[in-house]
Amino acid sequence: MDASWFVVLSAFIFCVGIAGVLTRRNPLVVLLCLELMLNAGNLALVAFARAHGNHDGQVFALIVMVIAACEVVIGLGIIVAMYRRRLPIDVDEMSELRG
Amino acid sequence: MSAGSYGWIILAFPLTGMLVVSLGWRLLPGKLGGWIASGAILGSFLASVGALGQLHERAHVDSAWTYAATLDFKADLSILVDPLSVFMCLVVSGVSFLIHLYSVAYMWSDRGYARYFAYLNFFVFSMLLLVLAANFVVLIVGWAFVGAASYLLISFWYRRRTATYAGIKAFVINVIGDVGLVVATFLLFDQTGALDFSGVFKGAHEAFATNDATLVAACLLLLVGAFAKSAQLPLHTWLPDAMEGPTPVSALIHAATMVTAGVYLIARTHPLFELAPAAADVSAIIGTATLVFAATVAATVTDLKRVIAYSTISQIGYMVLGVSVAAYGAGLFHLMTHAFFKALLFMGAGSVIGAMAGTQDIDRMGGFRKAMPFTFVTFTLGALALAGFPLMSGFFSKDEVLAFTLHRGGGYALLAVLGYLAAFLTAFYAFRMVFRTFFGEPVEEARELQQGRLAHHETPRNPLTGEEEDDDVGFQGAEHHVAEREWPMKAAMGALAVLAVAGGFVGIPGLTDTLEHFLEPSFADSRFKDTMPSDGAEVAGLGVGALLSIAGIALAFLVYMRRRGLAGQLRRRFSGVHRFLVNKWYFDELFDRALVRPAAAGGRFARGVVETDFVQGTIVGGATAVVRAGSSFARTLQSGYVRAYALGLLFGVAGLALYFLVASS
Repeated sequence: MDASWFVVLSAFIFCVGIAGVLTRRNPLVVLLCLELMLNAGNLALVAFARAHGNHDGQVFALIVMVIAACEVVIGLGIIVAMYRRRLPIDVDEMSELRG
Repeated sequence: MSAGSYGWIILAFPLTGMLVVSLGWRLLPGKLGGWIASGAILGSFLASVGALGQLHERAHVDSAWTYAATLDFKADLSILVDPLSVFMCLVVSGVSFLIHLYSVAYMWSDRGYARYFAYLNFFVFSMLLLVLAANFVVLIVGWAFVGAASYLLISFWYRRRTATYAGIKAFVINVIGDVGLVVATFLLFDQTGALDFSGVFKGAHEAFATNDATLVAACLLLLVGAFAKSAQLPLHTWLPDAMEGPTPVSALIHAATMVTAGVYLIARTHPLFELAPAAADVSAIIGTATLVFAATVAATVTDLKRVIAYSTISQIGYMVLGVSVAAYGAGLFHLMTHAFFKALLFMGAGSVIGAMAGTQDIDRMGGFRKAMPFTFVTFTLGALALAGFPLMSGFFSKDEVLAFTLHRGGGYALLAVLGYLAAFLTAFYAFRMVFRTFFGEPVEEARELQQGRLAHHETPRNPLTGEEEDDDVGFQGAEHHVAEREWPMKAAMGALAVLAVAGGFVGIPGLTDTLEHFLEPSFADSRFKDTMPSDGAEVAGLGVGALLSIAGIALAFLVYMRRRGLAGQLRRRFSGVHRFLVNKWYFDELFDRALVRPAAAGGRFARGVVETDFVQGTIVGGATAVVRAGSSFARTLQSGYVRAYALGLLFGVAGLALYFLVASS
């Protein structure tokens, strides 16, 4: 089975994710785009696992999902904290760590 | 006991005295500290007499331990007890004892009484170490110690600004001499491979031809050391300023003992100077120049102690001339008699200054003859000895130096003539002091003293600047002491007066010559030991000296007693000459222009340009500028925008991926 179509789709989704992370200012959308990028990676992993008849890639995809869940917990936690402090929900406003 | 053991005892006494007085001063009541210090020096003197008895006309070397030993070279802590060093020990400890005795009373009201005696004992210890040294290492140690002791004692009244400056000046010039001595020692050690005197002298005869350039250089460097210590031209400027110290210190260090160390050094290293006649001639010429120069200045300055200080410089010139023309016995004879009469003159001056409540200007003195008969008699005896009045001690010793110089003939005759000329000036300025201090209309202080009241100041003043001084720590008290009222001062001055009168009888040409015979073993290797003027020539020289001395005294009598206005008239007539002499030939100004100011300008340049602009500006400033530029660049990268970091991450990963792709294909 040829994995190339899956990889192309995965690359496309990844690029959409990157574009979203780099251009959007709403942290919720940034988190969504991050999920897009992770899932693009998952898609590629699963596609290659099928193509090589090897299940290691599927195991990796499961681990990535766990990590993605953790990351969403932290990200949403930060967003809730911002909201509670009545800070603007905008990543560019959160630039106190500037040198 | 052997002579060597006596040598160690000579050293042990003042060292112990110093330690006891300096560590136990809280426990010593009243004048006990002064008496302990004096007793220690008396012990030293008695040990010197003991060494004299055990000498048997030989040189004894005694070593305590070895500092360093290598294959064929050894540096010991060793002392040399021979006629020359025993003679020096006797003079140093004897005169020092009398000066300690004088100080017990003179310094009594001073706040630093115990400190003073601790310093004084330290000085005597250093001086004895210097004269007893058997090698150049110990000599240098003693040499540096006496310089340090001199610094401590000049700056004794350390709250007096002029005194601390004078101490610094003396120390700096002494260090110039120390450097000369150390470099000379190095040159000699390099060429002869020895440091002890006998080894160096033996090695010098093998290593050097006559007037070898290295040897002449080494001798000239020795002379730098000797001239700095002995205040000869051009390193003399510290001695008049050193008169800021207490008067007994001037008597001890700056007249009787330390300043003669240079004469001792030349006498001790005479085998080198005889191998390098060029250096000896330089020394003789500078000695003569100094004695003429200082005599002219002494005839014009008006500070009583500075007159005596310039007189000291002048008299040391005679000694240097003596030992430089190989008249060792005569030079050391003059060293001894000078120690007697100059210490006496300083003590008399101290007594007069006590009566004047600290004032030192002879313009403000006069008429003390009736008020202070004892001081007057002893001071006049000292002045007679200084003037070389017939049968006084200075008469025999000075004229013996000049007779030897004349006997060497040739160019030396000119030096002798200049010496005789200065002898005339010496008699003049000696009696200028006597006539202006003790004769004439009594000043107020003298009248007070005649009525039994001693002038006291409410607050002491700096005699130089007239500034008011407090009498807390570091100053003399408001009280002053005169010899008429204090028996220790009287005893010391009386003993010295006897010595100043009779001290010359150990060297009457053709009659006694005791001193010369005694010193002979130390100078047995001299090439000139048989070149002596005949007794007839010496007696003729004595006649000339007597005439000049009487003429000088007569001139002083004419100017200062007979025709009172004459001095003022002369001063107005020759105002240019007078100004030149009163300003001490402008030596201080010359050094100020030639050395001090360029050095200060160099310092300002280093501080302003090198330090500020180059070191701080370029080196340190450049380094900080680089770091600052780098960090400010790094700061701009830390924008704080998460999306910017993400973009950076993306580029980084893309770059890495690209690299691996290119690398793998």
